[in-house]
Amino acid sequence: MSKNWPLWEIFVRSKNGLEHRHFGSLHAADAEMALENARDVYTRRNEGVSIWVVESKNITASNPAENGEMFEPAQDKVYRHPTFYDLPDEVKHM
Amino acid sequence: MNNLYNYLLTIADNSLILAQRLGELCGHGPSLETDIAITNISLDLLGQTRSYYQYAAKLVGENKTEDDIAFLRIERDYKNCLLVEQPNTHFGFVIGRQYLFDVYHYMLMEKLQNSPDENLAAIAKKGIKEVSYHKRFSGDWVKRLGDGTEESNKKMQEAIDDLWRYTDELFYLTDTEKEVIKEGIGIDVSSFKEEYYKEVSELLTEATLTVPENKYFTKGGKEGVHTEHMGYILAELQYMQRTYPNMNW
Repeated sequence: MSKNWPLWEIFVRSKNGLEHRHFGSLHAADAEMALENARDVYTRRNEGVSIWVVESKNITASNPAENGEMFEPAQDKVYRHPTFYDLPDEVKHM
Repeated sequence: MNNLYNYLLTIADNSLILAQRLGELCGHGPSLETDIAITNISLDLLGQTRSYYQYAAKLVGENKTEDDIAFLRIERDYKNCLLVEQPNTHFGFVIGRQYLFDVYHYMLMEKLQNSPDENLAAIAKKGIKEVSYHKRFSGDWVKRLGDGTEESNKKMQEAIDDLWRYTDELFYLTDTEKEVIKEGIGIDVSSFKEEYYKEVSELLTEATLTVPENKYFTKGGKEGVHTEHMGYILAELQYMQRTYPNMNW
């Protein structure tokens, strides 16, 4: 039965979290069922206060075969991190 | 005291036996997601059961515990309605039984949370949020199956037709209930019978199912006279406590 249902990606915002985070994926016939299934599978231990579901096919992913051109150029560009500033002593909590 | 104790059983035993029935499906649900949903419902019901039995045990005193009440009674002393003990014949029956019970259960909790008995009111207030979700889950599935394929419609209709005869008992008042109603603590379940059939009929119609016209109803569970399934349920439910008395885990 479930092999005929589409796959959904589940995002849950936890109690103290500010944003929804990817929790996993599950099968459901439609968005409403995906929400109910997500509630039962991912929030039964009091993990969440909000759930988003999105059908997996609607997610466009980067191609791992292109990781070289996509991500490697960023590896040696440490100057893009804001670590080269001298912070004045007056600035706290940075 | 005795009346209240017996009254607690008429409510709690429904949840206990239905929880046991749903528990049988653990690891056997039609899909992983439904399996977890159904066992979650089972655990909700079991949790409510514990609250009632703990309260009941306190009423009896004599060092009785919730486990004594849950596990060590004979069949005639269980006061659950016949509906909840019906078997998991197929998924349509699981959903049909659940929905027909959930609508009743929700209406009962709604009334019970205003009971002057503080314990009962507190249990109902906590339980109603769970029951509200149970009703949403089972109602959604009745609609999906009823308004699904030809096959799912046939099976859902079969379950509703078969289980319909047990619905009238939900609203039958036992002597115990009449007494606690007189005391102002109990809920007159017959007062929301009409509302129940109206809500159920509307959803069945929406699910493109036929509301059964069957006027033959059967009862007995609330008086301790059960269907042939009950003995097997209790055998499984009670086995551990009877074999290893006072066992804990």
